[in-house]
Amino acid sequence: MAWDRNQMAARAAQELQDGMYVNLGIGIPTLVANYVGDKDITLQSENGMLGMGPFPFEGEEDSDLINAGKQTITELPRTAYFDSATSFGMIRGGKIAAAILGAMEVAENGDLANWMIPGKLVKGMGGAMDLVAGVGRVIVVMDHTSKHGESKVLKECTLPLTGKGVVDRIITNMGVLDVVPGGLKIIECAEGVTEDELRAATQATIV
Amino acid sequence: MKKVYDSATEALDGLLFDGMFIAAGGFGLCGIPELLLQAIKEAGTKDLTFASNNAGVDDFGIGILLQTRQVKKMISSYVGENAEFMRQYLSGELELEFNPQGTLAERMRAGGCGIPGFYTKTGVGTVIAEGKEVKNFEGQDYILERGIVADLSIVKAWKADATGNLVFRKTARNFNPPAAMCGKVCVVEVEEIVPVGSLDPDMIHLPGIYVHRLIQGAHEKRIEQRTTRNKESA
Repeated sequence: MAWDRNQMAARAAQELQDGMYVNLGIGIPTLVANYVGDKDITLQSENGMLGMGPFPFEGEEDSDLINAGKQTITELPRTAYFDSATSFGMIRGGKIAAAILGAMEVAENGDLANWMIPGKLVKGMGGAMDLVAGVGRVIVVMDHTSKHGESKVLKECTLPLTGKGVVDRIITNMGVLDVVPGGLKIIECAEGVTEDELRAATQATIV
Repeated sequence: MKKVYDSATEALDGLLFDGMFIAAGGFGLCGIPELLLQAIKEAGTKDLTFASNNAGVDDFGIGILLQTRQVKKMISSYVGENAEFMRQYLSGELELEFNPQGTLAERMRAGGCGIPGFYTKTGVGTVIAEGKEVKNFEGQDYILERGIVADLSIVKAWKADATGNLVFRKTARNFNPPAAMCGKVCVVEVEEIVPVGSLDPDMIHLPGIYVHRLIQGAHEKRIEQRTTRNKESA
């Protein structure tokens, strides 16, 4: 037993505190918005918006209103729009409290790889390199192992990096780990996962 | 000085040449200068380098210039959703320079503001940093990125007055202001040109000093990913 996608998203939502401005990546991180509850969280979309609302009702889509995944969305009473240079100014300038992002690999020193597999189709890094370099806290949400059962939580990343030493916390289907001096620290095991199982599935040094 | 032209073709007259460097606004298909791109296709200008966050889709946006092999190089942060782009890139017909999205936006903004280079921590320790100067400020490494100055900027706004003051709408603003700023000449297409004096001066997003030529036209404004929610489940 381990956490499913929604349970991982719910766990990641616990990282968010009242008043935070947050950027959510594509995939499981997008689901985090469903679990913020009563907390006053403002979502940033890096194409130029603070205060991102839910998908529109059918027939109410606006081609001038999309998120960073190019999906149609809606605005909220608090919404503000700005240009891309201003948007990444607030990201690079550390004004965004946290980013929750997916990953292909994470290493014990906080290195993150999530944009490129050599030899495969490369679509680009988009805003990921700016986000991990700039925001206050980088939280990665990912499966602990690959489809072939190999650990994605490594001593060193094998794929080209998105950022060096940027990850603060890793939330996987098996548990929660923090990047600390000397390696990773287990914060929590997922329901039904033992610490031994978590250690066995982790290639990185656990301190 | 007259800024308003009757058509995209007239607005681009005398500005296009083979091998030129164009900065384009837009994010995905949102806020792209679709009329000016169509006019560049019709003009047949070749060997173009584009600084643009994305490359459109196969039959819309910059994609239409890929079909006609008019593009030599793209400077972009993300180029998915375009099969013809990938075919030309993988066969070596098309050059591609990936820039992190915020670095691309800042390169445009800086170039337009007379700043030839700036240091950023984005990309430090990644392939993006290869060959770039690294400088340490207060214990943190930064890499040198260059400002962009383009031969031409093509931009889409919502409304303009005849002096070129611009108002954008929602997330269609995106790369349009920085792209407008970095061009030696900037041509803008809008949905509506309104009388001078009818825009609130406090609500102008980009002042007309950046805008040299202007057209009004009908826009398709295609949606790339139509996502909705159900009224019953809401």
